[in-house]
Amino acid sequence: MDMAVGTQGAAQPGADIKDKIVVKNLDFFYGASKALKAVSLPLKLGNITAFIGPSGCGKSTLLRILNRMYDLYPGQRAEGEVLMDGENLLDPRLDLNLLRSRVGMVFQKPTPFPMSIYDNIAFGVRLYEKLSKSEMDERVETSLKKAALWTETKDKLRQSGLGLSGGQQQRLCIARTIAIKPEVILFDEPTSALDPIATAKIEELFDELKGDYTIAIVTHSMQQAARVSQFTAFMYLGEMIEFDDTKNVFTAPRDKRTQDYITGRFG
Amino acid sequence: MASPIYVRRRANNVLWSSLCYAATAFGLVWLGLILGALLWNGVGGLSLDVFTKMTAPPGVVGGLLNSIVGSLIQTLLGLLLAAPIGILAGTYLAEYGRHHKISHVIRFINDILLSAPSIVVGLFVYQFCVVPFGHFSALAGGVALAVIATPIIVRTTEDMLGLVPNTLREAASALGVPRALVIRHIAYRSVMSGLVTGILLAIARMTGETAPLIFTALGNSLFTVDVTKPMSSLPLIIYEFARSPYAEQQKLAWTGALIVTAAVLSLSIFARVVSAPSKGR
Repeated sequence: MDMAVGTQGAAQPGADIKDKIVVKNLDFFYGASKALKAVSLPLKLGNITAFIGPSGCGKSTLLRILNRMYDLYPGQRAEGEVLMDGENLLDPRLDLNLLRSRVGMVFQKPTPFPMSIYDNIAFGVRLYEKLSKSEMDERVETSLKKAALWTETKDKLRQSGLGLSGGQQQRLCIARTIAIKPEVILFDEPTSALDPIATAKIEELFDELKGDYTIAIVTHSMQQAARVSQFTAFMYLGEMIEFDDTKNVFTAPRDKRTQDYITGRFG
Repeated sequence: MASPIYVRRRANNVLWSSLCYAATAFGLVWLGLILGALLWNGVGGLSLDVFTKMTAPPGVVGGLLNSIVGSLIQTLLGLLLAAPIGILAGTYLAEYGRHHKISHVIRFINDILLSAPSIVVGLFVYQFCVVPFGHFSALAGGVALAVIATPIIVRTTEDMLGLVPNTLREAASALGVPRALVIRHIAYRSVMSGLVTGILLAIARMTGETAPLIFTALGNSLFTVDVTKPMSSLPLIIYEFARSPYAEQQKLAWTGALIVTAAVLSLSIFARVVSAPSKGR
């Protein structure tokens, strides 16, 4: 509702860009408690949408709906519509593994698998494609290059992924997500466990990735949202307060709560 | 000048630390005494004969070969039965049935099995694997040992898989990896050393069990590898020879006890070593 009010009189943000995902009137429940209330917004094709808002406002919850991650846990349920290219992602008959291969996710904490750097990337690919040795080598190389990790790891692909630094591990996780060629990538506070240099490297990556992928990123850093995203959604207490061009959200927020948050008055 | 509070805290610290040390020492003393007695009485009997000759009647120079081989075979049988069941059941409890009501029931029953008197296990298997066939067998012994070992492996497997961070499972699921493959390739692999440790500890437990074998494998003074026949084992022969009035048999019992203890101890230490590196990661 707020969004409808907020966009009154203004053109829909990004109206000229195709929607990759459309969230319509989405409610979400952890057992009996309602975590999302009638959330609606689009994710624009080939663009980065940042989700900001105080802790517990439902940003991560929303992200975990887009790849049905919540399905791993009983008692969690979503109502409403999430359309990706017109297909309802909340359909209970949907092949979740196929969905997750199309909608990749990178988490807050780096989560390398207990295997070699090479296998960390090849593992997911093998599930969906039968590649020859040389094709797989090439896929691993391009994925690592896209994740800006190739030069650091090309001589130790057979070593354990657990031996990398935190920032490198996170880029490995990005590389392995890219390797299965998703259409959408969800980032759940991808740099909050990293130091500033590693953060800068990951942020540079976003520039490379946009265009090829539709990206959603949850972040607690408003500077990060402003730096990397084209669109920003501000959420508060489970509601979508404002969705607009990033520039507008940070320079001319329409809602008082958005303004209070980005100026640091709460949250 | 130290404040009265500080003085009191220091006194308290000294008091409770000493009690902790004393309790630890009390426990270790008995372990030391047992190991010392075993070494004192058992080492003298160690000779090539122990490993090459069969158990013999009094007056004949004998060894423990049939018992050692019997122990190995029956432990292996127990392991072959217990490891797959234990790991699969533990996996169900930790992965698939974590939130399911029946898991609580299974866990409860498993805990009871874990502490069931082993003589009861022996009698139970006697009823099911000895009576119907009309004779004792190593197979029945193996089954009895498996009943002892399974709950141990179920428990350690569940506990170990419980240590796998959910973020790792989510990360694999987020790549579109089916549940079964997440478990096999990610969860098992990240706690492999713990799973192996659980199995090693179960082996150690089986190696030292006597009661379940009395009614099942019975014992055998002849060498056999036929699992349908009664079979000797180290704990059984220790039990038998320790009660014997003949000095040489008593000596062999000590030596057998030393061998069993050394085997169990080295397995436990090996299990420790195996599980150590994963903690460093």
